Amino acid sequence: MNPFEYRRAMDATAAVALVTEHPGAAFLAGGTNLVDHLKLGVARPDLLVDVSRLPLDTISSLPDGRVRVGAAVRNSDLAADPLIRRRYPMLSAALLAGASGQLRNLATTGGNLLQRTRCVYFQDVTTPCNKREPGSGCSALEGYNRGHAILGASEQCVAVHPSDLAVALTALEAEVQVLGPAGERTIPIGELYRLPGDAPERDTVLSHGDLITAVDLPELPMAACSAYRKVRDRASYAFALVSVAAAVDVADGVIRDVRIAFGGVAHRPWRATRAEQLLRGEPATETAFAAAAHAELAPARPLAHNAFKVPLAASTLVATLRGLTEEGR
Amino acid sequence: MDESITLHVDGRKRSLTVDTRTTLLDALRERLGVTAPKKGCDHGQCGSCTVLLDGRRATTCLTLAVAHDGAEVVTADGLAEGDSLHPVQRAFLDHDGLQCGYCTPGQVCSAVGMLAEAAAGWPSHVTRDGAGRVELTDEEIRERMSGNLCRCGAYPNIVAAIREVAR
Repeated sequence: MNPFEYRRAMDATAAVALVTEHPGAAFLAGGTNLVDHLKLGVARPDLLVDVSRLPLDTISSLPDGRVRVGAAVRNSDLAADPLIRRRYPMLSAALLAGASGQLRNLATTGGNLLQRTRCVYFQDVTTPCNKREPGSGCSALEGYNRGHAILGASEQCVAVHPSDLAVALTALEAEVQVLGPAGERTIPIGELYRLPGDAPERDTVLSHGDLITAVDLPELPMAACSAYRKVRDRASYAFALVSVAAAVDVADGVIRDVRIAFGGVAHRPWRATRAEQLLRGEPATETAFAAAAHAELAPARPLAHNAFKVPLAASTLVATLRGLTEEGR
Repeated sequence: MDESITLHVDGRKRSLTVDTRTTLLDALRERLGVTAPKKGCDHGQCGSCTVLLDGRRATTCLTLAVAHDGAEVVTADGLAEGDSLHPVQRAFLDHDGLQCGYCTPGQVCSAVGMLAEAAAGWPSHVTRDGAGRVELTDEEIRERMSGNLCRCGAYPNIVAAIREVAR
């Protein structure tokens, strides 16, 4: 591990200023991904600015009906929060489907969103990886790519985003509050994450010095009827092969509105806008669910080892919507 | 680069200077001689380094000691009251919840933390809908303990031990 200086930030503005003026600095929150990267040599900061004790650890109802989740709220606290469980069950479910109890007690909301891919080549500094070392090549493209992307990948990178939370937030159209060198701004989560293109080293549109301070959840009554379904190689404590976050509003057997996002299929959480469009106004039947899933996944381009993800994603979406609409009757 | 920190470990105040790169696990084991938490995978995947950190179970291998200045740490060593074992420790013995014992201090701390989480009404991945009291079925215990691996495969007896304490 490279030597680094450690500083504990006392307020967000000072933290942003400190990181901004040090090109080699990084924010440290729960550390469950970053400390691992320090050990692996994937991250080599010379200054860590600890933001875990900033007063950003509350969940509050805003006057306009939205809910603000502070960036330092621990994953376990967010998952157990009564308001979150009642109004946004898929958010709680997504968190509980990730990591382990002792990791969720450390990991923060902001850190969860900015965790990096678990592509084995990204984490192995002895292999080429464009995300870790731009221009070095992609080992997964022709290598072991069972867990990799089927949508939106490029010749440069076929990694997937690992966060479960981000998938649920994408379906919810949450907004990310960011404090940067130039002040505050709001980024819709649908615009936070990037597809790899020819710059896979950039997971998000954030720049050096940008700090996530909160995530705002919209007032969305149909989110009370939502679910997160995750398919993985073992029953617990594993990353998704495929996951689905969905919320539906069904009246008289007809889908009035629906929100869908996939995890485990792309470099960013995959909002299934095409499937949503097809489903609005349709009867809540398995035939309609399957047709929408098929249309959404039509552009899928699987790799040598992950063709199974295409039918798996489709059937996971169908099962999620079936569960939600049967419940609603 | 060195930093001075103070930790309260198993009821004792310990002040030390650590290289900023030191994990909490290495500070406990290598600097303070507190060897109850074990180094298994050192990547947060096995749970053998689990302690109660400010009252909550946490993996100590994925967190820096310097980030926990002032923290209260309870390891498996600190759970017993003198010669009287903690009920979870007692149950692990009664149910033969171990073979080699390497994962046991982490399992025990994780179980203590998990029981408190369930008592507080925290849901898990397998909790059926509805808030309120959590019933610790075997399925719930297995899910909530999934962050602790046991390569000897003592799982059935670990579940039995925790089930007894949960009752």
